[in-house]
Formats: sequence, C-alpha cells, structure tokens
Amino acid sequence: MNGLVFLIPIALGLGLLGLVAFFWSLRSGQLEDLDGAALRIFIEDEEEGEA
Amino acid sequence: MTAAVLIERDFAVPDIRCAGCIAKLEQGLLRDRRIAAARVNFTEKRVHLSCLPDAEMPDLIGAFTTLGFEAHPIGKTPDDADPGAETSRELLRAVAVSGFAMMNIMLLSVSVWSGAMGATRDLFHWLSALIALPTVAYAGRTFFRSAWRAVRHGRTNMDVPISIGVLLVCAISLYETATGGPHAYFDGAAMLLFFLLCGRWLDSVMRDRARGGVTALLRNMGTGAMVIDGDGSSRWVDATAIEPDMVMLVAAGERLAADGVVIGGASRLDLSLLTGESAPQVVHPDDRVHAGTLNLDAPVHVRVTAAGPDTALADIARLMGEAAQGKSRYVRIADRAARLYAPAVHCLAIMAFAGWMIAGAGWHHSLLIAAAVLIITCPCALGLAVPAAQIVAAGALMRRGVLIKDGSALERLAEVDLALVDKTGTLTLGRPEAVDLDRFDIGIKSLILALAQASRHPLSEALTREISAGDTRPAEVTSLRETPGFGVEARWAGSIVTLGRPQGGDVGDALATELAVDGKSVAIVHFADRLRPDAHAAIDALRGEGLDAMILSGDRAEAVAPIARVLGLTAQTAMSPQDKLAAIERQAGLGHKVLMLGDGLNDGPALAAGHASMAPGSASDVGKNAADCIFLGDRLMPVVDTVRMARRTQAIVRQNFMAAIGYNVVAVPLAFMGLVTPLVAAIAMSGSSLIVVGNALRLKRAIR
Repeated sequence: MNGLVFLIPIALGLGLLGLVAFFWSLRSGQLEDLDGAALRIFIEDEEEGEA
Repeated sequence: MTAAVLIERDFAVPDIRCAGCIAKLEQGLLRDRRIAAARVNFTEKRVHLSCLPDAEMPDLIGAFTTLGFEAHPIGKTPDDADPGAETSRELLRAVAVSGFAMMNIMLLSVSVWSGAMGATRDLFHWLSALIALPTVAYAGRTFFRSAWRAVRHGRTNMDVPISIGVLLVCAISLYETATGGPHAYFDGAAMLLFFLLCGRWLDSVMRDRARGGVTALLRNMGTGAMVIDGDGSSRWVDATAIEPDMVMLVAAGERLAADGVVIGGASRLDLSLLTGESAPQVVHPDDRVHAGTLNLDAPVHVRVTAAGPDTALADIARLMGEAAQGKSRYVRIADRAARLYAPAVHCLAIMAFAGWMIAGAGWHHSLLIAAAVLIITCPCALGLAVPAAQIVAAGALMRRGVLIKDGSALERLAEVDLALVDKTGTLTLGRPEAVDLDRFDIGIKSLILALAQASRHPLSEALTREISAGDTRPAEVTSLRETPGFGVEARWAGSIVTLGRPQGGDVGDALATELAVDGKSVAIVHFADRLRPDAHAAIDALRGEGLDAMILSGDRAEAVAPIARVLGLTAQTAMSPQDKLAAIERQAGLGHKVLMLGDGLNDGPALAAGHASMAPGSASDVGKNAADCIFLGDRLMPVVDTVRMARRTQAIVRQNFMAAIGYNVVAVPLAFMGLVTPLVAAIAMSGSSLIVVGNALRLKRAIR
C-alpha cells in the first residue's frame, strides 16, 4: 500500500509529461509539415551559411 | 535594411517534390535582398515569405520563376482564414487528452479487475473519477454541443445517444464510487470518447488535406494585372483592387483578370476555359473580352469595364448556387444509419431499465444495467466505420493523383451510373500540343528548342515541353531577343534565326509557328488540342463498370464530331451552361445518378449539379471549386480508378456496419442480462473498433 503513494503519482506524472510534450509540439508547429520534416535531413546547409 | 517592418506572404508552389526543391527554394529565395526569410511547407506545398514592404507581387513571383518554380499567391492572412485546420487541431488535442485519460484509467482498472479490494479499490475508483470527469468535460464538448443543437431543433443524431450514454455512465460510476460499489465504468467512458474522437479527427483531417491540395491548385486566387496609369507608368494591381476604367496591359501567356474592351493591340484569345470552344478567337480594338481567357499572341491594352463580382462570371456563379442545392440535400450514410440507430439504442436502454425495475431489481441496479446497455450499443465502431474506410481510400487515391474533397463525395461517387463528359480540356488535354514535330530532323528540333526556351508564350512552352522530353539538346545560339506579338530572334552560326507567327499565306484558324533562317521559312509546326492519351481506354473501362458516357460540349459540332466518332460516344454540342445544367436535370429526372466530368467555367453549374463530379487539375478555378474531386496529370484513367475505389470503399463501409450490428446482436443480450462488467465492456469496445479499422486498412492494397 505504501508503494502506491509513490508509484501512482509517478505513473500519472509521466503520462502528463507526455501529454504536455505533445501539446507543446502541436503549439510550436512541429506537426505542421510531417512530410517535409522527413525530407529535411537530406538538405545540406550552404557552405558559407551563417558562420 | 532591418529598419523596415517585414510583411508576411504565402505562396502555393505545386511543383515542390523533393528535398532538393526545399533547399533550392529556401536558400535561393534569400538571394533576393528584399526577402528576409523563406520557409517551405512540403505537406501543403506552400512557401511562407517574410519580405520587405517594397517587394511587389510580380517581383516575388519572378524570384520563384528564376529558381524554376511556378508560384501562386494565396490569401493575405491565411492563418485566421482557415477554420478547418483549427477544428482539426482542436480535435487532435481532445484525442490526446482522452487517450491519456484512457490509458491511465485503464492502468487503475486493471488492478481493480485483478482483485484490488476494499480501501485500495475505492482509492483507485476515486483516482479514475478525478481523471475521467475533467476529460469528459473537455474532450466531450464536440459531442455535447452537436447533440444539444440537434435536440433543440427536435431532431436526433449520432451524438445524442453518445452524450446521454457518457453522461449517464459518469453519473452512475460516481455514485458507485461514493458508495463503495464494485463497478465503475470510468474507463469505458474515456475509451468511448477516445475511439469516437479518433473517427471525428480522421474525417476532419481528410477534409483539410483535400482542401490544402485544392488551394495549392487554385491559380487565379490573388492574381492581378499590370495597370497603366494616366502618366504612362505601370504598376501591379491585385485582382480584387481592379476597378472599371483602369487600363490593363495583358502580356502574351497571361490570363485576363477582369472583363473589358480592347483599346490597343490585336491578338488571339484562348476561350476554352470559358466556353469550351477550342479554336482561338481573334480580337481587335473595340472587341469585348472576358476575365479568365488566356492571351495567346501579343500584348494588348484592355480598358476594364467590370471587375470582380460584376464580371460575366457572376451569372455562372448564380447558376451554380442554385445547382448546388440539390447536392446539399444528400444525407451521408453514417447519418442515415444514425436515424435508425439512435432511437433503437434509446428504446433498448429504456426497456432494460423498465424490465429490471419490473423484475424488482431496484432503481440503482436497473440504472446500472441501462448504462451498460448504452455503453455497449454506443456507436463506437459505427463512428469509426465510415471515416476509417474513407480516409484510407482518400489516401490511396491521393497517391494516384486524385484529390477527394470530403467523405460524402466518395459515397456519392459509388452510386453514379451515367457519365456526362465535357470535351475541351476533359477528354482532350485543353492545351495546344505540336502535332507534327516528328517530321523534323534533330538539328531543326534543337534550334526550335533553343528559341522556344527563351519565351513564355504558350506555344513556345508547348514546344519546350515536348522537345526536351526527348533527348534533344538546345542548339548554341547568341543574342536572343523576344519581340512581343512577333516571336523570338537569335544569331546562330552566322545567320539570323526566328521562331514566330507564320509569315507567308494564312494558316486559317489553326495555331502554327514557323522557324525561319535568314528570313526563309524552314519549318512550320502545327498545333492542336489532342485527346488525352488514354481517353479511349478510360471510356471503355467506364463502360465496363456500367457507366455509359455521353459528351456535353460547348464547342461547335464540327470540332466535337471527330472525337465523338473516335470514342464511339453520342454528343450534344454548342451547349450553354444552362443547357448543360438542363441536360443533367433531365437525366436525373430519368432516375440516373450522373457523374459530371468537366473543366471549364461553363461546366461550373453542371459540376455543381451532378450527383458527383470530377475535374482535371488543369481546370478553371470555378471548375475545381465546384467539382467533388480533382485528378492531376494527363491521363483520364484516374476517373475510372476513383469510381472503382469509391465502390470498394462503400462495400467496406457496409461490411463494417454489418460487423457492428453483429457485435451488438451478441453483446446487447449480455448487457440486458446484467453480465456486462466494466472488463467485458472494455474488451468488446476495443475489439470491435480494431476489427473495423483493420477491415478499412484492406483498402490500402485495393488500388495497386
């Protein structure tokens, strides 16, 4: 019974963390362009770039 | 240069196809000093620009053109003009919340089912209530709102039993928890919401995706014209800001943005999108010209007589509004099912309650059983049955280049039994194609290509497209120069070569262009609007599917007859938009469900009136807006594929309904007998939903 005092809040907290992370990614527009995100790893930054 | 405030603009760029395109656009556009930032959205084929206020629309479009992309400006502030995307996002949030709640309550429920007793069980029930009640309040809003709207108007829909079920179950579970009872159905309520929201979200995403695709295709949105002011200076004016008595300069290859009268220059106009007529019309000063027509030959000055809603299009728009009313009366299959289903569910629940009361079980026990009946019969699988199948079908079709606007279009497409087809632009490609290029040797072709590449003239573009499709490379030419209304001129191996309008003798109505070396004609290329390459096969395949076809054309009989003969179809010719509309209504009166295929402005009312309609990607904006789906590319076969797919989808939907009914036949008696514990309800619900989704996924392979 005493274990539950720790384990249940931890389990719920982890779930909530996932939910918050999902909401954050939704708000910051990370899910706007799923197909594009998959392709962007192929883009090489320009040599002169920002540096 | 950072002093100025940046303005944000969105462009639809349909040709973004790969990672290379993203890099090219995002890095290339920044080379224009007026563009501060560029961001590509690959999924929606859009580019978002932040640019300095002095960057004018033609310059920005020019920046795309120099990178080899065609860009079309879209609405000024698209973010607040897209309510559909906002709905989807809200639904997705609700799905996430209910998913979280479902998993965590299930975690607690599993321990209750595996034997948690006494204080532990009560604690778990209270925790479940703590998670479930806010979730129901947040995620259930969609259903409560829609159910309330229906009830207030004295109607019922699928959302009424859902809302009553969820609320009743929550109330009873709360009572059970407070009195320390053994059964709480919080997991059932959360799970129900989760599955139903998944269905809603899929439906909404499907509509979004298609609308995004259609927006990217709409060419005329936000177009405009070069307007010449009194002092002779010219500026770009947005189509919405064009007013009567302005003077537009319309270059060859441009579409007119407003109705008007020609006051300078002479040219030929392509009317095919407006009237379906395939032969270009010659215009001289004082001739009336219409918005949406394409200037083929030479720049003309046009005095605007009417713009925006006053144009000749307004008439067509009015007809379309009337024609579309019939379609809005169509009731979707899920709603038809709900009309029978909702009353049945309510009756069953009331009967269960009454039956157990009479049997003397006490109102608490009777209510518990009524709630179990509601939860078991709640249309979980039904709510998923239709959208799951339709989104899989729409996804498969989208990969084949067909955009379906919404689920009801798929349902209507499955019912059609007669195809009425427009000629120009639908059976044919709707653009000039060189008909006799093969006569010329490779040297002449490479010379033509070198000259044609330098021009944006429609005929030059056709030549460039066709010659460069082969192995031919352009010849080395120098000092290229284009003279509007005449053609392209260059130096090649010490002589002057020109590509332009044929000089000697007339070529009649037909479009043609002439290659000359030092003034001597070397080759004349003729153009014509050709049949789509697989038109014959597609019409035959349609017939194989039980759809007879018939041509409805606005073109003259002489132009339609050869095509009708080749395809073996009957044809009605020289039809006005009203005639086409009347023809569809006549067929509908005979009991046919008409599939209308068309592209032009003149097809708009007919497309809106057909039981279902399709337009090619090259269609006029009116056509694309009015049609239920749009097929891209030169082939006509996607039409047949779409009809087949729609029928398969409908078959799958029907199977799903049967599965849902079969499941109820088994589960309802159990619920009636009071044997449905929360554990049984959870297994039954998730099991039936998985079966329905799995069945829908079979459609993915149906089209290959």
